Amino acid sequence: MSRLIRMDSTGHSTLAEWSAADAAAADAAVRAFREQLDQGYYAVVSQGEGHAEQVRELPLDAELVILRRPIAGG
Amino acid sequence: MSAAALPELAGVAWRPRADERSLRRRERLWTLTTVAHAIPFVATAGLLCAISPVLIPVALLALVQAWTIPALYARRGAFVVAPRRRGDAAAERTALGLLGDLVGHDARALHARTGLVLERGRLGVWLVGEAGALLVRGGRGTTSRRVLCWCVRVPAPDLPSSDRIAHLLLALREDEAGFATVANLAFAGARWRVRRRLPRPVREALDVAART
Repeated sequence: MSRLIRMDSTGHSTLAEWSAADAAAADAAVRAFREQLDQGYYAVVSQGEGHAEQVRELPLDAELVILRRPIAGG
Repeated sequence: MSAAALPELAGVAWRPRADERSLRRRERLWTLTTVAHAIPFVATAGLLCAISPVLIPVALLALVQAWTIPALYARRGAFVVAPRRRGDAAAERTALGLLGDLVGHDARALHARTGLVLERGRLGVWLVGEAGALLVRGGRGTTSRRVLCWCVRVPAPDLPSSDRIAHLLLALREDEAGFATVANLAFAGARWRVRRRLPRPVREALDVAART
């Protein structure tokens, strides 16, 4: 089961869960993903130490897609 | 680190992208600045001693100034990884779980002890905190390492501590050079200068990074 999560004030919230076999869940995940991107979130797939990829389309084969806010110099 | 550029770079388009060469240049500039701050006071102290032994107390004050000014800069650098106020305990636990999933066992254990996450990069070894990061560079050893202190944060005060670290860690993993470009450099200098200004538990993280 793949998950789309957003880091927020609760720690994180799961916005969508889907599997390759469930097209309706995948469609709902894609909609939730686009909604969050429209709100200014960036989507990242972590690939272990030293590697993460920002994605602009929901990778349906990814296990975990994390939504983060933009960072800035302090 | 991944090759794609960090989207936040659009907000600092005037900055040249950080690389090995630019970091070395900034390290040297900080060393020159430190020397430039100290030399006038040291010279004044020497001159006062030469004029009259009666002026030795004033000369000592000048030497204290020569020591204090670089120390204040180092303190500012160390402050970027100072622990911040914790929020809701349940949210902190949830966020810690996610951060734990993003890092390996050793990094997880180090974070539990020091509050910083260690991440190896091409530019050096990073220690990522809630509102900043330290980049440890240079050859291995106890004295040869230099530290660059970066002020960088996610502007969302409602986020739990571990989520703030996770934000910075993911951005760093996406684009290390971009991360160093977006972040503001608060200090660069010898490791010992920063180490003595860090809270005691955090010093261990710096020692581990220097050995890595």
